Amino acid sequence: MKGISEMTVSLATRPLGLDPANDLLPVRDRGALRFITCGSVDDGKSTLIGRLLHDSIGLLEDQVAGLASDSRRFGTTGEDLDLALLLDGLEAEREQGITIDVAYRFFSTARRAFIVADTPGHAQYTRNMATGASTAELAILLVDARKGLLEQTRRHAAIVSLLGIRHVVLAVNKIDLVDFSQDVFEAIVADFHAFAAPLGFRSVVAVPVSARFGDNVTIRSRNTPWYEGPTLIRHLEQVQTTDDDVAAPFRMAVQWVNRASLDFRGFAGTIASGRVAVGDPVVVAASGRGSRVRRIVTQDGDLAIAEAGRAVTLTLWDEVDVSRGDLLADPRHRPETARRLAADLVWMDEKAGRAGDRYLLKIGSATVPATVTRLVDRLDVASLARMPAPDGFALNAIGRVEIETATRIAFDPYADNRETGGFILVDRATHLTVAAGMIVESLDRAREVHRHPTDVTPAVRAGLKGQAPLVVWLTGLPGSGKSTIANLVERRLVALGRHTTLLDGDNLRQGLNADLGFDASARSENVRRVGEVAKLMTEAGLIVLVALVSPFRADRDRVAAQFDDGRFLEVFVDASPDTCRERDPKGLYARAEAGRIAHFTGRDQTYEPPLDPALVLRSDAVTAEDAAEQVVELILARSEEALTSLDASQL
Amino acid sequence: MTASAARALGADTFSSGEARRPLSPHLQRLEDEAIFIMREVVAEFRNPVMLYSVGKDSSVMLHIARKAFYPAPPPFPFLHIASGWDFRALIDHRDRMAGEYGLNVLVHSNAAAAAAGVNPFDTETGEYSRQMLTETLKTALDQHGFDAAFGGGRRDEEKARAKERIFSHRSSGHVWDPRNQRPELWRLYNTRLAPGDTMRVFPLSNWTELDVWDYIRAEAIPIVPIYLAAEQKVVERGGALIMVDDERMRFLPGEAVITKRVRFRTLGCWPLTGALESEAATVEDIIAEIVASRSSERQGRLVDGALQASMERKKREGYF
Repeated sequence: MKGISEMTVSLATRPLGLDPANDLLPVRDRGALRFITCGSVDDGKSTLIGRLLHDSIGLLEDQVAGLASDSRRFGTTGEDLDLALLLDGLEAEREQGITIDVAYRFFSTARRAFIVADTPGHAQYTRNMATGASTAELAILLVDARKGLLEQTRRHAAIVSLLGIRHVVLAVNKIDLVDFSQDVFEAIVADFHAFAAPLGFRSVVAVPVSARFGDNVTIRSRNTPWYEGPTLIRHLEQVQTTDDDVAAPFRMAVQWVNRASLDFRGFAGTIASGRVAVGDPVVVAASGRGSRVRRIVTQDGDLAIAEAGRAVTLTLWDEVDVSRGDLLADPRHRPETARRLAADLVWMDEKAGRAGDRYLLKIGSATVPATVTRLVDRLDVASLARMPAPDGFALNAIGRVEIETATRIAFDPYADNRETGGFILVDRATHLTVAAGMIVESLDRAREVHRHPTDVTPAVRAGLKGQAPLVVWLTGLPGSGKSTIANLVERRLVALGRHTTLLDGDNLRQGLNADLGFDASARSENVRRVGEVAKLMTEAGLIVLVALVSPFRADRDRVAAQFDDGRFLEVFVDASPDTCRERDPKGLYARAEAGRIAHFTGRDQTYEPPLDPALVLRSDAVTAEDAAEQVVELILARSEEALTSLDASQL
Repeated sequence: MTASAARALGADTFSSGEARRPLSPHLQRLEDEAIFIMREVVAEFRNPVMLYSVGKDSSVMLHIARKAFYPAPPPFPFLHIASGWDFRALIDHRDRMAGEYGLNVLVHSNAAAAAAGVNPFDTETGEYSRQMLTETLKTALDQHGFDAAFGGGRRDEEKARAKERIFSHRSSGHVWDPRNQRPELWRLYNTRLAPGDTMRVFPLSNWTELDVWDYIRAEAIPIVPIYLAAEQKVVERGGALIMVDDERMRFLPGEAVITKRVRFRTLGCWPLTGALESEAATVEDIIAEIVASRSSERQGRLVDGALQASMERKKREGYF
């Protein structure tokens, strides 16, 4: 019987041989290798990790005792020690006989320490694999020698590649069950190389193993004399994976501003890539403001230079505006900044993700509101083909999307930098992490444009006018009275000594927007432009009145997201279609009904009313003057409120 | 007080007495990761607290917290859940650290349960630890309105912990639902909370017991002296050596106090924590013993011995 006692003996003899007298600790001249194992329940993945733990110094004797009793209760290997049981931590999982989540395991050899992310191979695999892969430097892809490459092996390889892992081990397991056949092994390896060529792996090492009996896992097998490569563990000990981080340009997301005393202002963060030295120029990516590094502060003494991975606190020579969410960078190799992005998403939520949905996007230390504006395609991970986009991304779907953020974010494409190119999307209501994202590129047309800092800030301009700028956005059907009301409001405000401007949709279409028609995408662009102009006007310190049909909710929301809370007031001018048609001040309804206007809101194009407007004006029930007065009161209340909260030091 | 305990309160509190040595890249990476996690919590939560059990993991956390925010002090209080059956050496060490570093240490105990007669001798162990530790912790967190609490848990400690997130979300009532944990990608921790929710955060998730000792040695971190072998008065009970830390000890028939050279791998309530016979008088010696012995540290805790998957149950109830 190959039983417990024999296993215990093998523990005592310690095949990897840590001799406590000579070799107290594993050599730790580099960080632990973090790797992920991919394969299904049947491939023997848990058994392989169990074997690695068992044969190294990761497994402790009382855990072996627990394992022996677990093997009898839950095991699938009869009287043998079921190594897989080491991995299945939670009671519910043991009862089902499957792992449902990512487990992290630790072991060391005499040469290196290891952290293994073990992820399940069943239905939830994509989500959990992506999670485990996001922090891994290497992946072990497990293949059953009897079955060869399966569709799921291809899926795993594709996900591993998508998440940016560049080093792969193909472990051809159960080699004992194919009589240690060299031909079988080589056929599988050739298959894999053919499939994986486009995936961009930097190293692929194939090893024939038997996880259950240990062949070529930690000890070279006598059964595979034809195999001349390293054992699995020897390869893991030797592989180098982290050189790229230090070679990349300097990036550091500011996590926390340290104001230890009146004369200390330090920017705490972890260097995401590259290195930084005292005296180096750095730039705040979003604002374009620059300075030079004065000190690299740690409790153990100032450093002259610090590299990727180090958690440090930088002080700068100049008083620049830096806060949490900012990305400090090498000014000669700046990250991109943009509001519109193309990205690959791995969808992780039960609720499907659709175009128009709004989330919080966290990248580095920044969290900003973001809208998924378009689903571009779906990746079929088995064939690596890009398929037409579905209506929504279901759990475990992978695909390309376009995203628009409320404010500009600084980033690098994920392929260039995993630290500054990955993000998560968080549901604003449930607070769940719904997707992992990898930025492909900026969609802002002006790509190589970096924001130029100005000395006179919006707050200064507003302060000079003695008012808090804001946007009042009147939306409603054609003929509902938007322009009339906006005009009355502006007259009142000017009489009160306020500085204003009025953006009327019809007027803007004669100049700025003369090139736009009225179909859905042209209307969307119309709203975007008016929103941008309104933003510029508020930065000039003005109270901006907008009168624009702006029929689509998503378009208005996107504009609203660009403004701070309370700085964008959506006002719904609500009149029944009959009233509007009756008024028809510009004769538009008459012409539309005569079939001479296409895409007419309220006729062949829908109008989506605001869900949570700051004010609703029932313009068929109240006079234009009364409606205007309500708007003026709202503006004055908000304006005073904001003024009293304005920081005097900004003025 | 034994002679060795008295000596321990002296200069030996600064245990290894050795000079600090440069961190290996491995430990440096673990330290950097822990600092990142602590800063993230301070930046994103309203009212964080650090659980300070005064044990070796807590000592490492405290040490790193002082680094993370330097030159500012750690911008949060420290919470010690005292059962009333804590080792005297531990309490002394706590007060010493609080004084030395100017820490704001909050100490909470379940006086009502103690008055009602809950104690480690008569009360069933699971129930005892629920009332004196878990419930006390939950009450303290609620009372101060802490929305995030650092704990020293490590994934290598026990199977249930291997799947624990670094940012572990708890719904109201501090309930941990292992099926409903948020995926953790890269270093992008989702810190959003609904009203009433809280977060437990484990900056040492990726450390092993060996890493902890290795780090303590490299950084010459002060630890409670009874981690090191010294002569102590003990009784043998159920295969474990229980230290007679004060006059409240209850002896079973036939039990005799003997003096043995022992150390502790973990510091729970003294009547429930087994000592190891050991000659390891320095941190260096401890590391050598751990490498040689291969028995996991929670073995010394009677609390954990009772139930299969006991840790998972305790976590669901709100224990760390």
